Amino acid sequence: MSLLKLAKWARLKSPWILHVNTGACNSCDIEVLAALTPRFDVERFGAILKPSPRHADILIVTGALTRQAVERVKRVYEQTPDPKFVIAVGACALSGGVFQGCYGVLSGVDKVMPVDVYVPGCPPRPDAIIHGVIKLIEKVSKSG
Amino acid sequence: MPSVDINIGPVHPALHEPEKFVFKVDGEVVVDVEPRLGYVHRGIEKAAGEKTFTQAVYLVERVCGICNVAHTLASVQAIERAFEVDVPARAKYLRTIIHELNRLHSHLLLLGVACELMGFDTLFMMLWRDREVVMDLMELATGNRVMSAYNVIGGVRRNISDHEVSTIRKALTSLSEGVKRYRKAFAEDPTIRARCVNVGRLSPFKGISLGAVGPTARGSGINVDVRVKEPYAAFDEIQCTPITYNEGDSWARFMVRIDELHESIRIIDEALNKMPRGPIRVPVAEVAPQTAESFSIVEAPRGELLHHIYVKKGEDRPLRYRIRTPTYANMPALCEMLKGGYIADIPVTLVSIDPCFSCTDRLTLIDIRSHKRKVVRLKSSI
Repeated sequence: MSLLKLAKWARLKSPWILHVNTGACNSCDIEVLAALTPRFDVERFGAILKPSPRHADILIVTGALTRQAVERVKRVYEQTPDPKFVIAVGACALSGGVFQGCYGVLSGVDKVMPVDVYVPGCPPRPDAIIHGVIKLIEKVSKSG
Repeated sequence: MPSVDINIGPVHPALHEPEKFVFKVDGEVVVDVEPRLGYVHRGIEKAAGEKTFTQAVYLVERVCGICNVAHTLASVQAIERAFEVDVPARAKYLRTIIHELNRLHSHLLLLGVACELMGFDTLFMMLWRDREVVMDLMELATGNRVMSAYNVIGGVRRNISDHEVSTIRKALTSLSEGVKRYRKAFAEDPTIRARCVNVGRLSPFKGISLGAVGPTARGSGINVDVRVKEPYAAFDEIQCTPITYNEGDSWARFMVRIDELHESIRIIDEALNKMPRGPIRVPVAEVAPQTAESFSIVEAPRGELLHHIYVKKGEDRPLRYRIRTPTYANMPALCEMLKGGYIADIPVTLVSIDPCFSCTDRLTLIDIRSHKRKVVRLKSSI
């Protein structure tokens, strides 16, 4: 087994997640956190929440992307080692949601980083967030 | 020795939200704190003025996803007062029930996060497991786990059937047993006591002079509770006892919240018993019937929350919408608590005020470095 194959196998079996808040109202954040707790328990798929971007494979991005947070979010994305994947969670991260058109908001994280999976909802249920993670794992395993 | 600056944030695992604090430290001791707020500033007050009253309620619900019921309640009460609309009695009780369910979920969430930051992951997981009971009840009563959109201008959106009443009662009885266990853990567990007792002290005098609100003030023995002092919704008919602890440290603030869990369960039970039958909503005009100014204060899980509104006769949008949130009021008190403490105690002290920066940052772009309040130009701050 080549090293690359080994790395991919490890990544698929245990994707580490970093949760980035780009100016969310906290409802998506608590649902992301709820996905990690006993009722939903995303850890059974090997996913675990990590505090540092340097340890992360997947960025779960929530929030409306405020102008204040843009530079910081870009830096977090750059600090994450390749290959990295982004899941946008919640209506605000997708398109700005209810804050579309507000002067402090850029509306949508895909304006500053490529997004692999979109999870809609205001906020999406933890089941939906887990579904998003599973979809991403499927996508990566098919990509070869 | 000159003090050293330590930057925490804006993206930091202990914060959960993008905020920055600069701690000036001398050795291990924090000498001064400079919070840098504004990373979650979205411009909600401006946006609320551009939306109709009905839309504005849905917008302010998203000021904060955790205490969303408190925001909608304050908002619809302010609008109803300006419109001079009387809400049916059953709607007032239903609002109280959902408001207290929201408090249950918020306090359980905060206590769990506090345990996580102390490194007590087992209790964090247990608290969040029991929090799911409350989330299920929210879903049962309102149709959604988090964003309930329950309060509407003129009443509430959904009724609670007798069958649902018995389900809520049964679930809360089992939750009550769990809360008793957690109270024992927080009151007696040596690990929790070692991390919380005498950490982040706030004297009653400082608490009052710095304008602390909610559980933060009640943990310092200051008897403030909007539910008692300025009853709203059904609180004029439901007995509510404010919970105060005199210790003034992080432990006292957590204990206030645990005892409030019991109090909230009791309030919900009493409201379910006393709830009259009848309509749950009255029709309200789309446009303001008169030019008026009104405000509404509610006790959000984090403290008193104020919504202030100006309406003009014949307009379907608010002239001006102003919100004052509890975490913003607690920031000066937080800075006072952190001073003189150790670096290792920063996360516990910070979480003990239950910070909610998505509430706080909606206000204005103010740089409070060097105690000068100056408005930062939007372009220069990007």
